[in-house]
Amino acid sequence: MVKKLVSLNNIVFKYEGQSRNALDDVSFDIHQGEWLAIVGHNGSGKSTLAKLLNGLQFANSGTITINDQLLTEESVWDVRQKIGMVFQNPDNQFVGTTVQDDVAFGLENAGVSQQVMVERVHGALNKVKMNAFLNQEPHHLSGGQKQRVAIAGVIALQPDIIILDEATSMLDPRGREEVLETVRELKQENEITVISITHDLEEAAKADRMIVMNQGRLYREGSPQDIFELEEELIALGLDIPFSVKLTKELQKNGVRVVDGHLTEEELVKDLCELHSMM
Amino acid sequence: MLDKMIIGRYVPANSLMHKMDPRAKLLLVFLFVCVVFLANNVVSYGLLAVFTILLISLSKIPLRYLYNGLKPIFFLIVFTFLLHILFTKEGELLFEYGWFEIYEGGLIQGFFISIRFTLLILVTSLLTLTTSPISITDGMEELLGPLKKWKMPVHELALMMSIALRFIPTLMEETEKIMKAQTARGVDFSSGPIKDRVKSIVPLLVPLFVSSFKRAEELATAMESRGYRGGEGRTKYRQLNWKTSDSLLMVSIGVLTVMLFLLRS
Repeated sequence: MVKKLVSLNNIVFKYEGQSRNALDDVSFDIHQGEWLAIVGHNGSGKSTLAKLLNGLQFANSGTITINDQLLTEESVWDVRQKIGMVFQNPDNQFVGTTVQDDVAFGLENAGVSQQVMVERVHGALNKVKMNAFLNQEPHHLSGGQKQRVAIAGVIALQPDIIILDEATSMLDPRGREEVLETVRELKQENEITVISITHDLEEAAKADRMIVMNQGRLYREGSPQDIFELEEELIALGLDIPFSVKLTKELQKNGVRVVDGHLTEEELVKDLCELHSMM
Repeated sequence: MLDKMIIGRYVPANSLMHKMDPRAKLLLVFLFVCVVFLANNVVSYGLLAVFTILLISLSKIPLRYLYNGLKPIFFLIVFTFLLHILFTKEGELLFEYGWFEIYEGGLIQGFFISIRFTLLILVTSLLTLTTSPISITDGMEELLGPLKKWKMPVHELALMMSIALRFIPTLMEETEKIMKAQTARGVDFSSGPIKDRVKSIVPLLVPLFVSSFKRAEELATAMESRGYRGGEGRTKYRQLNWKTSDSLLMVSIGVLTVMLFLLRS
């Protein structure tokens, strides 16, 4: 049995001055070492969820437990040490004047001694392959590189959980792949739990588990395969399904015997090639 | 646009002045600005000039940069020189043409003031030319450290300055982008009478303000999520180290002060 790292119980949250609850009775668990994708259209409450997890906002009712510790206003600083967050806009989360200053920012806040800091900054930058850019200023970096620096800043603090709050949505396809690849590697090496909040379904397809949010409520929870089976329902929610899933469905309708369950293009291409060689 | 505006005009190089502790350099400039006013005769001004030339030669900064620093205040130097010639009526009368008179005292005073101005500008621009803005910020934070006892928000000021420095290029890029977008919509930034040009800045400033506030909010959230809660209990990644050469610099400015006291009349 995998350990429950985070559990949310009956979370209700309303932004001041709004009539509708941004989150309405949401409960779910996050297990250690998994990659959880939270999807939903704009205003479905998925980003609010991230803010609550990091104690940037507090729920009106309901509780959040992280690693057996209840998230309250007193414990919030401990919790923030355990949860690192990468935000959407690469520019607006770069605090330092150079790459190394930015990675050190979180460590400075935590009061880590200078010698340890230097070690960790270099280590973290090595892991995201940005060690050649130590003294580079942010405006000389690409969006993907800035996001990788942001990730380095997060892992320098050695967190248990990384939350990607639409961290790839402002990047070009190459930058997106760079960032996701980095996170994937880190997850494998360090057993970090990843929560990725996204509306990129190709990205969500590679997750271990998916949660679909709609109108502040948890709409569906399951493996990407199960979720993409919903097809029409997802489209009705303003979401889409990955291209490969769509293509499989269309091919099946036209009598091509493709097996279900391809979530990525590569898988589908491989299968189609095999099918072709058999014909 | 970015290349045209280099803030602080820092010129990276590997010279003795570059390697000095920013605190030493800040103190040096501060003290120099004070002792410049001690000089009041040829010998003492000469001494100050020699000291300045010595500093410049230690910095390996191309003279062209120093000249560029002097250019904007060149007018001011000439203006004060003329004022002294016209209005200081001391010493011997050297020249007379109607109401226009030049006295010896005016001429000398004008020269001294011009030299004083030039030396001040040279030494202060030497500081910004040899020290990166972020090092100056660090130096300031350290030097003003004792003021924390009197509730001066020294850390906050330093952080504010470093964030401002970090966002200058970002906001410049943004300005350029908005300018292009507004030009595409028919705003004319570069021609027409002054009144129209000033007016055309409004559609540039409004979106810039809106987006800066949005940036500020997001940055604050990001900082908080990375555990920022003020200067209390914070360690520093950048370390300043005071070397023998820094102490020597301090000694030299001390010696200069003593000599000025002896040489002034």
